Amino acid sequence: MNKFLKGNGLSILSSVSVVFAGMLLGFIVLFISNAAQAPAAIATILTFGFSSLRNFGDVLYFATPIIMTGLSVGFAYKTGLFNIGASGQFTFGAFVAIYIVINFDFLNPSLRIFVALLAATLAGAIWAAIPGLLKAYRNVHEVISCIMTNYIGMLLVNYLILNTIFDPMRASSQRIPTSTHMPMWGLDYIFADATRASPLNASIFVAVFSALLMYVILERTTFGYELKACGLNKDAAKYAGINENRSIIFSMMISGALAGLGGGMHFLSAAGRTMSVADVLANEGFMGISVSLLGLNHPIGIIFSGVLIAYLQRGGFNIQPLGFAQEIIEIAIAVIIYFCAFVLLVRTQLGNIIAKIYRTISKSEVKKNAT
Amino acid sequence: MYVIEMKNITKRFSGIVANDDVSLGLNKGEIHALLGENGAGKSTLMSILFGLYKAEEGSIFKDGKSVVIAGPGHATALGIGMVHQHFKLVHNFTVLENIVLGVETTKHGVLQMKTARQKVTELSQKYALEVDLDKEIRHITVGMQQRVEILKMLYRNNEILIFDEPTAVLTPQEIDALIKTMRNMAAEGKSILFITHKLDEIKQAADRCSVLRKGKMIGTVDVAATSKEELSEMMVGRKLSLTLEKQPSKLGETILQVKNLTQKGDGEKNKLTNISFEVKAGEILCIAGIEGNGQTDLVNAITGLSAVTSGEIFISDTNITTAKIRKRGEHGMAHIPEDRHKHGLILDYNLAYNAILQDYHKQPFQKLGFLQKSKIKQYAQKLVDNFDIRSGDGIDSVVRSMSGGNQQKIILARETSASPKLLIAVQPTRGLDVGAIEYIHKQLLAQRDAGKAILLVSLELEEVMNISDRVLVMYEGEIVANVNPQKITFKELGLYMSGAKRENPSKSVEKAVAV
Repeated sequence: MNKFLKGNGLSILSSVSVVFAGMLLGFIVLFISNAAQAPAAIATILTFGFSSLRNFGDVLYFATPIIMTGLSVGFAYKTGLFNIGASGQFTFGAFVAIYIVINFDFLNPSLRIFVALLAATLAGAIWAAIPGLLKAYRNVHEVISCIMTNYIGMLLVNYLILNTIFDPMRASSQRIPTSTHMPMWGLDYIFADATRASPLNASIFVAVFSALLMYVILERTTFGYELKACGLNKDAAKYAGINENRSIIFSMMISGALAGLGGGMHFLSAAGRTMSVADVLANEGFMGISVSLLGLNHPIGIIFSGVLIAYLQRGGFNIQPLGFAQEIIEIAIAVIIYFCAFVLLVRTQLGNIIAKIYRTISKSEVKKNAT
Repeated sequence: MYVIEMKNITKRFSGIVANDDVSLGLNKGEIHALLGENGAGKSTLMSILFGLYKAEEGSIFKDGKSVVIAGPGHATALGIGMVHQHFKLVHNFTVLENIVLGVETTKHGVLQMKTARQKVTELSQKYALEVDLDKEIRHITVGMQQRVEILKMLYRNNEILIFDEPTAVLTPQEIDALIKTMRNMAAEGKSILFITHKLDEIKQAADRCSVLRKGKMIGTVDVAATSKEELSEMMVGRKLSLTLEKQPSKLGETILQVKNLTQKGDGEKNKLTNISFEVKAGEILCIAGIEGNGQTDLVNAITGLSAVTSGEIFISDTNITTAKIRKRGEHGMAHIPEDRHKHGLILDYNLAYNAILQDYHKQPFQKLGFLQKSKIKQYAQKLVDNFDIRSGDGIDSVVRSMSGGNQQKIILARETSASPKLLIAVQPTRGLDVGAIEYIHKQLLAQRDAGKAILLVSLELEEVMNISDRVLVMYEGEIVANVNPQKITFKELGLYMSGAKRENPSKSVEKAVAV
C-alpha cells in the first residue's frame, strides 16, 4: 500500500482529485449563470457521454486528435522541452493530408490515405524541426519560437488553401472525396444508434498505438535513454558523449510528427471536416497541453485524460438546449481543465500529506511497542 | 553567563535527525570552533541560530534570556551575524552598496551614502580589513569579498559573528590574515563561532572547540589542552591516520601530453595561456590553485567539454585536440567531473542507469537499440558490491535521494571500471566526509599503482601535499610552478597560488621530464 501510494497510485489519486475540484468550480459557474437549469446541465455533462454508444463513439472521436497532440506535448516534456507549437504542427499536417487526398488521384484511395498520413506526419515533424534547430544551434527558447511557428503555420496554411484547394462557397478547403475517409473498421456498426453512426474511425487505434510506441521508445530504447538524459540534464548528457543538439532536434521532430499525424487523421474522418480560412489557431494543439499535464505526461495517462476531456466537452456541448450560452459552457469546461494544470502541485502536496500520515502512524506504533 | 546558549536543540529533516539534543554555550570575547565532518550538523545548528531554520525542540538564550529567533532579520536585530560559505553579495553593486544593503540611511527617501562611507572606512581601518569601497563585487578577489562580508556584520553592530567554513576559498596567506582579524575582533569583545573541519586552523585560532558527530554533540574542549589527534578522534569516532601510506611512484610512458594550449576568454584576457605539461603512467599530477584560475577551463579543454583556441592534446601519441567526447573515452580517458550534479550524474535516473552513462550504447547493455535491463542491472549490482555503494533501494534508487559520498562512489566506480589509461579527477573529495575522502584517496592511489596516469585538480592544499607525486600551480590561466610536493612548504605553495611568486615553468617542465 505504501509503495503504491508513492508511485502510480499517487499520480492517479492526484489526477482524480483535481478533476473533482475543477468540476465543483465549473458547476458553480453554471449555477451562477442559470441556477434553475444547472442541476439538469450538470447531469447532462456527467452522463451524456455514456448515454448511448453513438455518443460514446463521439467522445472517442473527439478524444483522438487531443490524444495525439497530448502525446506530442508529453513526448517533448519527457525530453525536457515544452512544445507549445503543437497547434501549428497539427494545422500543417492537416493541410498536407487534405491536399494529397484531393490532388493525388493517380493513387488508389487506400494508398492515398496512407501517403497523406505519412506526409502529414512528416509535415508536423518538419514544422517542429524549426524551433528544434533554433534551440539547438542558436539557444532560442522553444516556447518563443513555437508560438511564432504557430502563427506562421496558421497564416501560411490559410494562404496555401486559398491558392490550392479553396472552396469559395463555404470559405474553406474543399470537401475531401468520400473514398478517402479514414477506414471505420466496423466501428460505425458498434458506435451507432437508430439515426446515425458516430464518425469514430481507425485513427483511435493509431492514437493508442502511438502512445504505446512512445512508451517503448522512451522506456526501452537507447534512443529514449539519450533523449531523456538530455531533457533531465543537458550537461551530463554532453559529458556522457551524447550529441545533445541532435537529441533536441529529434525530440522536437518526433513531437511534431505526433501532432501532424493527429491533424491529418482528424480531417480525413467521415465527419466531412473542412479547414476554414480564418485567423484562428487550431485549438487541439493547446488542448494537448492540458491533456498531457492531466495525464502527468505518461503515454497511458494521456489516453485517459484525452478521453476525459473530450467527455466533458461533448457533455458541455449538449447543454446548449438547456439555455446555456456557448461562452458559459466554455468557461465552465475551461475551469475544469484549468484546474487540471494544478495536478503536479497537488501530487507533491498529497505526497507530503501521505508521508506525514505514515510518519505519525509509525510513530504511534513505535510508542505502542515501547509501552 | 554565556552570550549565546543553545540548549537541547533537535532538528529533523524528513527522517534524518540533523541535530540531536545539541547544547552549546558561547562566551563573550571567545573564538569558539565548531568541528565536525560534512553532514555532522554544523551548518544546520548555525542556521538555526541565524533564524534560517526552526528547531523542533530546544531553546536559545541570549544573555541568559530565552529568545525565539524568527528569521535572519530578527537574528540581525539580536546582534547575530553570519558569513555564509557561499557569499551573499550582489555582484554588480559596489562594495559600499553591498555593505549598507538592507540598512541604508536615507533622508526623505534619498540615500545618504556619505555617513555610511565614513562609518565603513572607520571600521575597515580599525580591524585592518582592507577593501576598495567603490569597486564592484565581481571585480574584486574572493578574499576581499570575504572582508566585505565581515564588514557587513560589523556595520550592523553584530556582537555574535558566525563564520561558515571561511577558509575554504582562501590562500594560506589570506587565512593567516583572516585569523588575525578574528583575534582582533574577539579582543574587542565580539564573540565568534567558527565552523570548520580543518584541525590546524582550530589550533591556530580558537579558544574552545565543540565537536559534532552525526548530529550529536560529542563535547566541548579547551583547544590549548587538546591535541590534533584527540580532536580528529572526537570528530570521526575512531583513530584516523592523518597521513596516507604511499608507495614511491613507478613512472611509465607518457599518457597525456598537453602542448601550448591556449583558450581565448570573452574579454581580452585569455582563459588559458600557453599551457604545456605531461602526465605519465603511474603518476598523480596535481593541479593546485585558488578556485577560478583556469583549472576548470583546462579540464574542459582536455575532456572535450569546450573547444580550444590553439594548442594540441595527445593521449599516448593520438591527437585528440578536436576529438568528440565519446572518442576521448574510447582512447582511454575517464573523467570524475568537478560538479557531480551538473556533469557527473543524471540525478533523476536511477543508480543502474547512471552506472552506464557513457556505455549505454555498447554491448551488452543494448541489443538492436533496445536497452538490456537485466544486463544493466547485473553490471550495476557488481559496481555496488565492489565499491560498497549504499542507498535506500539498491540499484533502483533514484540518485537524487542518495548521499553525496555515495553519489561520488557511483562516479568513481563507473570511471575506474572502464579501465582507463588516464583518469582526470576534479576535486573528487569536495563536500565528502572524512571516511569517504580517505576511501577516495586510497582508490586514486590504487589506480596510480595499477599504472594509470592521474590528473588531479584540487583546491585542498592538504590533499595536494598528501596524495600527489608532482604539483603544477595555476594562476590566472597559466602554470606558474612545477614542484615536488615533498620539497615545498604550504607557505611557498601559497605564494605561487596567489601570484606573488612564479618560477620559469618551461624550464621546470624539462627538468621534471628529465627526472
